Amino acid sequence: MSLAIDLASWACLVTGSAFAIVGGIGIVRLPDFYTRLHGGGITDTLGAGLVLVGLMLQAGLSLVTVKLVMILFLLWVTSPTSAHALAKSARTNGLEPLIAPDGKPGDAGGAKWST
Amino acid sequence: MFTVAIAAILATMTLALVRAALGPTVFDRILAVNMFGTKTVLLIAVMAFLSNRTDFLDLALLYALVNYVGVIALLRLFRLGGLADPVDGGEG
Repeated sequence: MSLAIDLASWACLVTGSAFAIVGGIGIVRLPDFYTRLHGGGITDTLGAGLVLVGLMLQAGLSLVTVKLVMILFLLWVTSPTSAHALAKSARTNGLEPLIAPDGKPGDAGGAKWST
Repeated sequence: MFTVAIAAILATMTLALVRAALGPTVFDRILAVNMFGTKTVLLIAVMAFLSNRTDFLDLALLYALVNYVGVIALLRLFRLGGLADPVDGGEG
């Protein structure tokens, strides 16, 4: 039984780590801000969720699990909120999404807000 | 196995820092810093289990809170040009 729980916990940790790295690659490689927002989102939901569930399986039923659930809840509430606020702020400040009907990369309107 | 998770989280943090350094718009930088903060929370949580000091989880909770408040404050600063409420009923 303990071995089964360990295996499940390791599977969760490794899968969560893989999702985190995929999101990290996405945030570097994707072409414009709104797609990068999508790449950042996966690390906050699936990556953090699976890693914390893996830690919960290691901890068993105790106060530690309660704290992990609180962290997970906080991340899952605040991360979409801040992503939404970021996207809305970018949109109202005139950052256009990258749209290329001809299949060629276009100007994403980033010149105004480049720093 | 915790070491694998820590290595992956550190790699993700590095990639987020790359985007924060490159990143052509200011929103990209805020997104990258937000992601870095979330990964810090995860890193502290896994480190707590690796070193058998689970009281570190309180620090992780605190980091999650501070990170969220920080991002919202940054966006507000960016939108309004200051952290205070507009005095004469401007946009809010």
